[in-house]
Amino acid sequence: MNNPSRLEHCFAALKQQNRPALVSYLTAGDPDADTSRRLLRGLPEAGVDIIELGMPFSDPMADGPAIQKAALRALEGGQTQAKTLEMVRSFREQNSTTPIVLMGYYNPIYCYGVERFLTDAARVGVDGLIVVDLPPEHDEELCQPAAQHGIDFIRLATPTTDAKRLPKVLGNASGFIYYVSVAGVTGGSAPTPERLESAVNDLRKHTELPIAVGFGIRTAEQAATIGRFSDAVVVGSALVDCIEHANTPDEAVERVHGLVSELAESVRVCREEGYKQLQVDTVTY
Amino acid sequence: MNQFVNLPDANGLFGSFGGRFVAETLMPLILELQDEYAAAKNDPEFQRQLAYFQGDYVGRPSPLYFAERLTEHFGGASIYLKREELNHTGAHKINNCIGQVLLAKQMGKKRIIAETGAGMHGVATATVAARFGLPCVIYMGATDIERQQPNVFRMKLLGAEVIPVTSGTGTLKDAMNEALRDWVTNVDDTFYIIGTVAGPHPYPAMVRDFQAVIGHETRSQMLEKQSRLPDSLVACIGGGSNALGLFYPFLNDPDVKMIGVEAGGKGVKSGLHAASLNGGTPGVLHGNRTYLLQNEDGQIIDAHSISAGLDYPGIGPEHAWLHEQGRVEYVSATDDEALEAFQICCRQEGIIPALETAHALAEVAKRAPTLPRDHLMVINLSGRGDKDMMSVAHHLGDKFGVKNP
Repeated sequence: MNNPSRLEHCFAALKQQNRPALVSYLTAGDPDADTSRRLLRGLPEAGVDIIELGMPFSDPMADGPAIQKAALRALEGGQTQAKTLEMVRSFREQNSTTPIVLMGYYNPIYCYGVERFLTDAARVGVDGLIVVDLPPEHDEELCQPAAQHGIDFIRLATPTTDAKRLPKVLGNASGFIYYVSVAGVTGGSAPTPERLESAVNDLRKHTELPIAVGFGIRTAEQAATIGRFSDAVVVGSALVDCIEHANTPDEAVERVHGLVSELAESVRVCREEGYKQLQVDTVTY
Repeated sequence: MNQFVNLPDANGLFGSFGGRFVAETLMPLILELQDEYAAAKNDPEFQRQLAYFQGDYVGRPSPLYFAERLTEHFGGASIYLKREELNHTGAHKINNCIGQVLLAKQMGKKRIIAETGAGMHGVATATVAARFGLPCVIYMGATDIERQQPNVFRMKLLGAEVIPVTSGTGTLKDAMNEALRDWVTNVDDTFYIIGTVAGPHPYPAMVRDFQAVIGHETRSQMLEKQSRLPDSLVACIGGGSNALGLFYPFLNDPDVKMIGVEAGGKGVKSGLHAASLNGGTPGVLHGNRTYLLQNEDGQIIDAHSISAGLDYPGIGPEHAWLHEQGRVEYVSATDDEALEAFQICCRQEGIIPALETAHALAEVAKRAPTLPRDHLMVINLSGRGDKDMMSVAHHLGDKFGVKNP
């Protein structure tokens, strides 16, 4: 590769600072196009290092109620693949450094047309893709074509990924590895940190790629605990809930950016000496 | 000539259809299931048990019945009904459930889940779960629960927990989403009994194989009665398991014509239908690539049908392939046509068919009169209509002086 990608650059810089990345998930177009654009634009300033932007799908099989509802709100507001790509383009007019990873399901990409999608995504400044329902068995569908366009394909490793399966999962992975902390859907119960740490350490023996941890992380304390041993922590449902519980668009923006700031603060200090390791709350939210 | 029966390939593909489009969490389990199923297929003990339960518990073989009065009524082809509605639980669904529950036992699974539309698959699943002493959770759309109350009660009597699904439109596709979410959360101890020839590989092939007993029996029964193969086979299609079960053992017999009947709802042109092949486009949903009802942005559109069992915006991937190969002809029947055929079957044969099955009968009403008496036509009478009394009363109650519910 010639120039380091935005993702490589981001992880390299954070390594220097000895802290994990904060990755935020929001669904594009939630709760409406305009508010969603404002939410997106303010994320880096609030402390997000990597943006995951959900492409809404009518049948999100791997998502819990929070993100299901977010997808519905977005679709009811008329969100489309084209509008999601346009959001990235307009974001890039003001921000050329924060990596953006599009996350979703294969069908909307398939219907948009894989080549057309990748061409447009590369052009507007998308850095990576997470497509939940494309396991390595289907790499020829999107993973390999994405590489041709210089777009990373971020692979999910899960608690069910055993030693036999892992090489297949890591095979064509790029960007980073997303470790799904619990077998389940997004927004479910929180993982226990001890088991997570050993899973992440095991994973590290097999890949040079940075390892992000997501699913069930909702609070600054959880983010800090997990950020001590992972390269990135992903928070999604908790942010999406802020949108659902807000009474006005302004309140949604304020709540989301407020929670992001809290999370950002905790991941910035979580590896400092003397930082009190807080017990992760194992309550189901 | 094995042109049509040696699929899917090792990746679960029928041409470009099928596959394993699932979350990584499920992949190890799906690969394990594939191996277990491949072993069971060649395991004489497994096959012996399957045959035992098909016989003494389900009541197979189901009769191939010459429908003399229907034949007279339509005045054309000789009509035979493959009486799957006489199976235990009243539909073809149990053929598959028996096979899968035996596999679940063999794999040491402790809990059964399933999705259901009309409730027939839910009832069949709850039945085998009761028989094998496994706890059972059935996901059913809230809309479907409304229109299929008798089946909801049956499932509960059988000890299953019925969970109403309110997401989306509260029909079969949403129930399937919710079952997949349960599965991914309880991947270690749970066996998901998918009710049709869809989902990730190996489900489409496995369900087809368990249902193929319908076609194998039909073949030998017709040979016994008429010393030759039938000329045409007709079956209704939601996901397509009863149709594929009947068709599969005849796919390599070029003289046997096959017709699959999709639910046309208010008419394919109205946009309110469940005819994925006649009114849909290829896409990826619920673990496989197939024809789907969807908008141009890849968002799934709700299906519409008078029959809850056909109310699904997709179709099994093997049907998508057979459609593109031109081996099976896929047509559709509207709600009104199905209701009309439903009544004819009741009055002429004394058999109350399921509303799903009535779609196949509606095609027979169009086709049989144009054919000669020596044309042997087999219709898969896939289920009985007891569960549909409320829906039918809603549509036809006035005519029979029944208070409209």
